[in-house]
Amino acid sequence: MGTVLRYGVVLAAVLVAAGGVAYLFERWDHATHYSVFAGSPESLTTPAAILRGALALDPASLIALGLVVLVLTPVARVVFALLAFVEQRDRLYVIFSLIVLSVLFIGLTGHSL
Amino acid sequence: MNVLIFTLVVFAGSLFAGFLGSLTGLGGGVVIVPLLTVALGVDIRYAIGASLVSVIATSSGAAAAYLKEGFTNMRVGIFLEVATTSGAILGASVATRLPGPAIEVVFGVVLLVSVYLTLSLRKLPAVGGEGLARRLRLNGSYPTPNGDVSYTPRRVPLGFGIMAGAGALSGLLGIGSGAVKVLALDQAMRLPFKVSTTTSNFMIGVTAAASAGIYLRRGFITPGLAMPVMLGVLAGSLIGARLLISARARLLRLVFAVAIFALGVEMIVAGLHL
Repeated sequence: MGTVLRYGVVLAAVLVAAGGVAYLFERWDHATHYSVFAGSPESLTTPAAILRGALALDPASLIALGLVVLVLTPVARVVFALLAFVEQRDRLYVIFSLIVLSVLFIGLTGHSL
Repeated sequence: MNVLIFTLVVFAGSLFAGFLGSLTGLGGGVVIVPLLTVALGVDIRYAIGASLVSVIATSSGAAAAYLKEGFTNMRVGIFLEVATTSGAILGASVATRLPGPAIEVVFGVVLLVSVYLTLSLRKLPAVGGEGLARRLRLNGSYPTPNGDVSYTPRRVPLGFGIMAGAGALSGLLGIGSGAVKVLALDQAMRLPFKVSTTTSNFMIGVTAAASAGIYLRRGFITPGLAMPVMLGVLAGSLIGARLLISARARLLRLVFAVAIFALGVEMIVAGLHL
């Protein structure tokens, strides 16, 4: 489990760093515009669009893909916990793990209340 | 400020925030958000989006670096995550509806309360209140040089309630809310120190992941800003974790508390346009 977690974090950091270098190379002399909230463009707000952009080697999409990988690492830890509880035939904690995964799924698909 | 200089400044600040956050156990988010908003004029929604990402990086990074899962109580973690993830979705939903200055004021107030909590550690007694913990089989043991030491958590309903609050704050403000989680695990449930820090670290990442999708969908997470914050906080926290020396950490915690207090006041002032 530790290995998967480590690879996940390293992969995320590598994607973010690689995308970051490309991003800086492309627009290092542009002005920043973070003082007014406009939200990220549509192409950077869903995992499917981010993956499409990253495959086209768009720098911002590569960074975003790294961030998506990063977000999935704690989810993987819960999945591993679930598998461990299934193996122990610990019904109560299988149920708790499934509840946590369901709530994570709702959040990850971007559904706010 | 052009993109290159801005990125370098934010990276340096995030490195520092991650370093201090891991030395003091408060996490990088409480430093990086005020730094971005008060010092660099970044809109609070972009700031909490970047901070949330760094919270996950710190949590997973620390877990991958230590691999001391022998201390993490998975049952306690999973059980309390039911509360923290639900709270996080609620908090993130509120954040998408609040105007920026309102989030800023709430953030400032939470900073002040965190300082109070860190400086006034009053633990509840380690007797009674273990009935529910027994029924939920939350008891565990951890290895020490003198053999395994077993423990039973106390006051499970209180801990669960505090954790729901910690999750809501995490979702609302893009922070790990380590101070509130310590309140629940250390002070209310009386878990041993090593168990509570590793279990809290596990929960912080999972809790943040619950609101990350909502932040992403609402455009809070912007790659150009999240990139230096994530890399800086991750590197800083890994360096800080290696230097953790308990005696010095106490003095540092005090210095840090004063700084956080000042940042909290700044944020309230900025949010209220005083």
